[in-house]
Amino acid sequence: MMNKRKFGLALTSVLAAGALLGACGTNDKEEKGKDKDEPAKGAETTENGGDQFTLAMVTDVGGIDDKSFNQSAWEGVQAFGKDNGLSKGEGFDYLQSKSEADFDTNLNNLLRRDFDLIFGVGYIMADALGEVAEQNPNRNFVMIDSELDAPNVAAVLFKEQEGSFLAGVAAAKMTKTNKIGFVGGMDIPVINRFHAGFIAGAKAVNPDIEIQVNYTGAFDKADLGKLAANNMYSSGVDIIFHAAGGTGNGVFSEAKERKKKDADANIWVIGVDADQYDEGKVDDETNITLTSMLKGVDKAVIDLATKAKEGNFPGGEELVYGLKEEGVKLADSRGAIPEDVQKVIDEYTEKIANGEIEVPDNVSDKDKK
Amino acid sequence: MSNRVVNILVPIISIILGLIVGAIIMYASGYDPIAGYQALWQGIFGDMYSIGNTLRQITPYILAGLAVAFAFRTGLFNIGVEGQLIVGWFAAVWVGYTFELPAIIHLPLALLAAAVAGGFWAFIAGFLKAKLQVHEVIVTIMLNYTALYAVNGLIKYVSDGGYKTPTIHETASLRSDFLKDLTDFSTFHYGLIVALLMAFVMWFLLEKTTRGYELKAVGFNQHAAEYAGMSVKKNIILAMTISGMFAGLAGAMEGLGTFGKMSMMNAFTGVGFDGIAVALLGANTPLGVLFGASLFGSLKYGALNMPNAAGVPEEIVSIIIAVIVLFVASGYVIRLGLQKLAKKKEAK
Repeated sequence: MMNKRKFGLALTSVLAAGALLGACGTNDKEEKGKDKDEPAKGAETTENGGDQFTLAMVTDVGGIDDKSFNQSAWEGVQAFGKDNGLSKGEGFDYLQSKSEADFDTNLNNLLRRDFDLIFGVGYIMADALGEVAEQNPNRNFVMIDSELDAPNVAAVLFKEQEGSFLAGVAAAKMTKTNKIGFVGGMDIPVINRFHAGFIAGAKAVNPDIEIQVNYTGAFDKADLGKLAANNMYSSGVDIIFHAAGGTGNGVFSEAKERKKKDADANIWVIGVDADQYDEGKVDDETNITLTSMLKGVDKAVIDLATKAKEGNFPGGEELVYGLKEEGVKLADSRGAIPEDVQKVIDEYTEKIANGEIEVPDNVSDKDKK
Repeated sequence: MSNRVVNILVPIISIILGLIVGAIIMYASGYDPIAGYQALWQGIFGDMYSIGNTLRQITPYILAGLAVAFAFRTGLFNIGVEGQLIVGWFAAVWVGYTFELPAIIHLPLALLAAAVAGGFWAFIAGFLKAKLQVHEVIVTIMLNYTALYAVNGLIKYVSDGGYKTPTIHETASLRSDFLKDLTDFSTFHYGLIVALLMAFVMWFLLEKTTRGYELKAVGFNQHAAEYAGMSVKKNIILAMTISGMFAGLAGAMEGLGTFGKMSMMNAFTGVGFDGIAVALLGANTPLGVLFGASLFGSLKYGALNMPNAAGVPEEIVSIIIAVIVLFVASGYVIRLGLQKLAKKKEAK
């Protein structure tokens, strides 16, 4: 009795909602979707399908404003769109993922809107993108930050360890306490590359330096980043390099608070992925961002979009952007790094770029503690 | 107005009110509410792909809702569904890729592993509650974090320092080519059958068996139950364990169906917590949970299409969905209003 009632109720509300929404629905969207399912006759590649070359990207769970690689990728997409006279929505767009389960849907949604090139950002998306790419062999994809072996996917990887090496050099040269810190997000291969490079760089210029390491286990928990930074600064660390996405914002806020309390404190943060100079602003005169390890996701995006537009899409290839390709580098320090230190950094840059120094891309478990 | 009409009207009015407020929010922020809801509708029912994925999203919600509802019915508040789901997910995936067995044994074994793991995780809380009177809310909340980080550690261990487990064998998968073709490559899988079956199991257990009667009796009044000769402690432990088994199966849906593997997580999935709302929406009855899970799953999944098709930003979408859920969950107020209205009419 009770159950019957509930069922009726469920049914009615679904129908009511249906009537309500169905009434305002026109089906142009769906029809548009159908067009796309049928591959254009004659045209083997979809690049030639539309009159304009269009592109779109799916973020990972960090979101479009993560001040990190999602944002950087989006900046690349926007820049390409602007240069090619595209409009947002039609010519270029992004979709955000709130969880891993959203990847598949977001990728498919973009496919249905007939974008010529679709970017998946973040290593966690590799499986989802691989599956979608296999189901749509006539469409082109770019996988950013992970390997992915498929004929219609170009995989983009960065040598984070090389840029981080330079960050390590800068930190080891600039520290006054001989103690520097590394705050990582999750303990995963990408972040290990940052970690490994940072240690190698610091030890290269100062073998006796003490490096504190803290993996917070998360990319979206600023409170954990703040706590980690607090512990490090309290124990005498004066420069922290973070590779922790949103968690790193906590490192910045801790550093800024300390700088505000004591303007003479020698406290610095090295940002990651994008130029995080604005994050380090204490007031108009003071800034605690020493520099940032830039990951040229935007550059890679523009690079690949341009290639694809010209019909040279490197499907099935793995593109690695290192110091040599200017895929990673240090941001302008705006005077925070003195010239003599900069000179050392430049020397190492050259050595790495021409292969004289090979930077390790992983750390032993012992170093993670 | 009869009770029955009120019961039907309440959720309908709630949903409509939620939609109206959502429309106002969209309009006020400069977006077209009609286009927005159209996108939501298309996102849920637009084509076979959307329908398949909507059903896929509903599946774990049903099981998580059942887990919470079952505990509620027996007087317990299982807030640890999230953690039980995570250990269930891992257990299912582990069985899924470790063993090589024929599907007829492998799949049930993987599901069983998930149920056992989830059940064990909840058993800890039930045991502590029964033996030491530690409140289950506190224990289960703490066990959520324990599960999250322990499983992250296990994933790292089994993958030799990687971030995800190997993919499960075909024989343990809930996915099928048939469903894939039917729904245009959606991730819809046979887990829905498991979820529906479990809803039936819960109904049968609670309504048709002596054990269920005892469990409910302990939930209503421990002392009375004890006086009647029932073992309160045993029933608390059992109730928690069964609740955890449902939760573990919810994890298996993700592990054996949607993903076929498990990646390290830096935050909770949220499914377990949403399960609380699903159970409340469904008044802790199995059929009610099916309804609540359908609503939750549809909104959650369909909302993905709002930024895609109507350009409504993610943040606004979250607000709108929250508003709809808020109105549905506060159905009590609407019920009160309807009853007052009816009384006024009678007075006249």
